[in-house]
Amino acid sequence: MYIILAWRNLWRNRRRTLIILTAVIIGISSMIVMAAFSRGTVQGMVSNSINNLVGHIKIEHQQHPADPAIEHRIITPEKLLRQITAMLPPGSRVVQRIRADAMLSTSREHVGLVLVGIDPDLEQGVSFIGRPPAQGTLFGNQNQGGIIVGRSLLKKINGKLGQKVVITCQGADGTNIAKAFRIQGVFATELESTERAFAFVQLHTMQQMLGVGNDITEIAIQLPDNNGNPPVDLAATTAFLQANVSDKQLLARNWRQMLPAISSYLEMFDGFMLIWYLIVFLAMAFGLVNTMLMAVYERMREFGLLQALGMRPGCIIKMVMSELLLLLTFGCSISSVAAFITVHFFFSSGIDLAIFAEGAEFWGISRIIYPLLTSWDIIAANSVVLLLGMFTGLYPALRATKFSPVQTMRHV
Amino acid sequence: MAIVTVNNVSRIYHQGKTEFKALDDVSLTINKGEFTALAGPSGSGKTTLLNLIGGIDTADKGTILLDGQDLSSLKKGELADLRLQDIGFVFQSFNLIPVLTAAENVEYILRLQKIPSSIRRQKVKAILADVGLADKADQRPSELSGGQQQRIAVARAVVASPAIVLADEPTANLDSVTGQKLLDLMQQMNTDKQVTFVFATHDKMVMDYARRVITLKDGRIADDIRK
Ligand SMILES: Nc1ncnc2c1ncn2[C@@H]1O[C@H](COP(=O)(O)OP(=O)(O)OP(=O)(O)O)[C@@H](O)[C@H]1O
Ligand SMILES: [Mg+2]
Repeated sequence: MYIILAWRNLWRNRRRTLIILTAVIIGISSMIVMAAFSRGTVQGMVSNSINNLVGHIKIEHQQHPADPAIEHRIITPEKLLRQITAMLPPGSRVVQRIRADAMLSTSREHVGLVLVGIDPDLEQGVSFIGRPPAQGTLFGNQNQGGIIVGRSLLKKINGKLGQKVVITCQGADGTNIAKAFRIQGVFATELESTERAFAFVQLHTMQQMLGVGNDITEIAIQLPDNNGNPPVDLAATTAFLQANVSDKQLLARNWRQMLPAISSYLEMFDGFMLIWYLIVFLAMAFGLVNTMLMAVYERMREFGLLQALGMRPGCIIKMVMSELLLLLTFGCSISSVAAFITVHFFFSSGIDLAIFAEGAEFWGISRIIYPLLTSWDIIAANSVVLLLGMFTGLYPALRATKFSPVQTMRHV
Repeated sequence: MAIVTVNNVSRIYHQGKTEFKALDDVSLTINKGEFTALAGPSGSGKTTLLNLIGGIDTADKGTILLDGQDLSSLKKGELADLRLQDIGFVFQSFNLIPVLTAAENVEYILRLQKIPSSIRRQKVKAILADVGLADKADQRPSELSGGQQQRIAVARAVVASPAIVLADEPTANLDSVTGQKLLDLMQQMNTDKQVTFVFATHDKMVMDYARRVITLKDGRIADDIRK
C-alpha cells in the first residue's frame, strides 16, 4: 500500500519528480563514471609500473637496488631458479634478466640507457617486451646480433629498422666493451620515458658480452592472474621467498615495496572515492531535502486529514520515506545502468590523453586511460546515496507528522 | 448509554496577551444512536467542540470521555488508534486523498485497521452501493462532483462501523437537493445500523433532520432540544 501510494504521489507532480530524478541520476552516474576513470588511471599506473620490468616480485642482489653495478649480480642462478619455481603457486611465471648501464651510439648520436638481456619467450605476459613489437620482430634464438629499441628512442636518433648501432658498456672485469647490433625491432609502451630508457638484447648475447657466464642481475616473478585483481598472497609469498634467499645475499621485494608511493596511493584510493561520493551527495542532498519539503508542505492538508483519520505518526513517516525510497531506488538503478553503458560502450576503447601525455607521464599515467568499473564503486556510490538520502529524508518526513489536523483543516 | 461525556470543558485561544474562550465550561452527554446537530452562529465554537470530541484537539480545562475513555489520558499514538477504531470523520471539504480512487479512499481506513482484503473488498462494495456510488468506485476524487465526494466521505466514515461519526458542515458545499440526499443517507444509516451522528452545522435542513439540536453561543450551551 505504501508503495502504491508513494508511486502515485511521485507522479502527482511529474515535472518536479522528473527534475529531481534527473539530478539524482546525474549525481550518481557522475560519481560512478568518475570513479571508473580514476580507478582506470590508477590501475594503468600500477600495471605500467609492474610491466615496466618490475613484475609482482623481483629478486636481486642485496646491493643491486642501491648500486646497480654488474658486480652485484646473481651468480649461477640455475639451481636457484628451479628452487624458486617450486616455491611459487602453480601458474606463476619466472624470468631471468641481466641489465647494465650502456651507451648506444650511431654515427651522429650517443644515448645513455639501460641495456637488458632477456629471454623473449619467457617475457610474454610478464613485461611489455613480451608483447609483439610495434615494428620488426622479436629476436629468435638464432639472431644473436639483434637489438630492440623504443619507438621514441628510434625517433630521437633518427634511426630505422636494420640500422647498425654500437653498444658500449663495462664488462665484469672492468674493461670497456663495444659491440655492434642491428636494430631488429621497435617496442612501444604506454610511457615515452620507458621507450627511451631501455634497449633489449638476447640474454646469452649480453652474458657473453659482459663475460659473466650464466649469471644474471634479476629474477622477475609474475604471480597467477587473479581476475584482474592484485594477487592475494603477494605479501606472504614475498616474505617466504625472502626467508629462503636471504642467506645467498639476495633480496626479494614485491611491487608494493618497490613502488611505495603508488602502493600507498592505492590503499587510500577507496577513501578518496568515498569522499568524492560524499561531496557529490552533499550537493544532491540540498535539492533532495528542498524538493521533499516542498512536496510535504504542498500536501499538509492531506497529512492533517490522514492523522485525523487515525494514521499514526510513524505511518506518516513511513509513507514519506517510501516515496523517497522509491525515487532513490529508481534513480540508483537507472544511474548504475547509465554509468555501465557509458563506461562499456562509449569509452570501451579508452580515452586518449595524448595531448596531455607530456605532463601526465611524470606521474606514470598512461597515454590511454581505460575506465575501470568495479562493483565496489557501484555499490559504494549507491549505498552513499541510498543510506544518506534516506537519512536526509527523515527531516521532511518528520515535518509531515507535525501538521496538526485542526490547523491544516481550518484553511479551506 | 452515553458514548460521549463532556465535563466542564473549556478551550482557550491566546491571541497576544488576550485570552479568547472558544468554549467556556461546556458539559453535555451524547447517547448511543443519537442523531445530533450542534447549531449556533459562526464563531460560537461548534467546530472546536467537535474537534475536541474527535480527539484531534485537546481541552484546556475539563474532561472528555469517549466510550468511557478519558481522552486526556491517551498518548498521541493511542489517540490515533482510538480515532481509527471508534470515530468516523466527515469534514466540510477536503475529505479524500487525491491519489486514491473512491473505493481506495474508503478501503484505506480498513487497511489501517489491518482487516483482511477479502472482507475489505466486501465491505467497500456494500457501502459504496449504500451511498449509491458503486459505479464510481474507480474514479479519483477530482473526477467526482462535490456531492459525490461528500457521499464517499460518509461511506468512509461509516465503513468500519465506528462508535460515532462526527461531521463538520457536511452539507455546506452542497446544493439543497444533494444535501438532502446526503442527510437521507446518514439518517438511514442511523436507523438501520444504529450509527451515532454528531453534526456541526449552520444548515437549517440538518437541524430539521436532527432529533436533538444543541445550540452554542459564545462558547456556551444556549439551548439543548430533543424532538
Ligand atoms: N486556532 C485558533 N486560533 C485562534 N482562535 C481560534 C482558533 N480556532 C478557532 N478560533 C476561534 O474560536 C472561535 C470558535 O471557532 P469555531 O471554529 O469553533 O467556530 P464555529 O462555531 O465552528 O464557526 P463556523 O460556524 O464559522 O465554522 C472563533 O471565534 C474562532 O475565531
Ligand atoms: Mg466551524
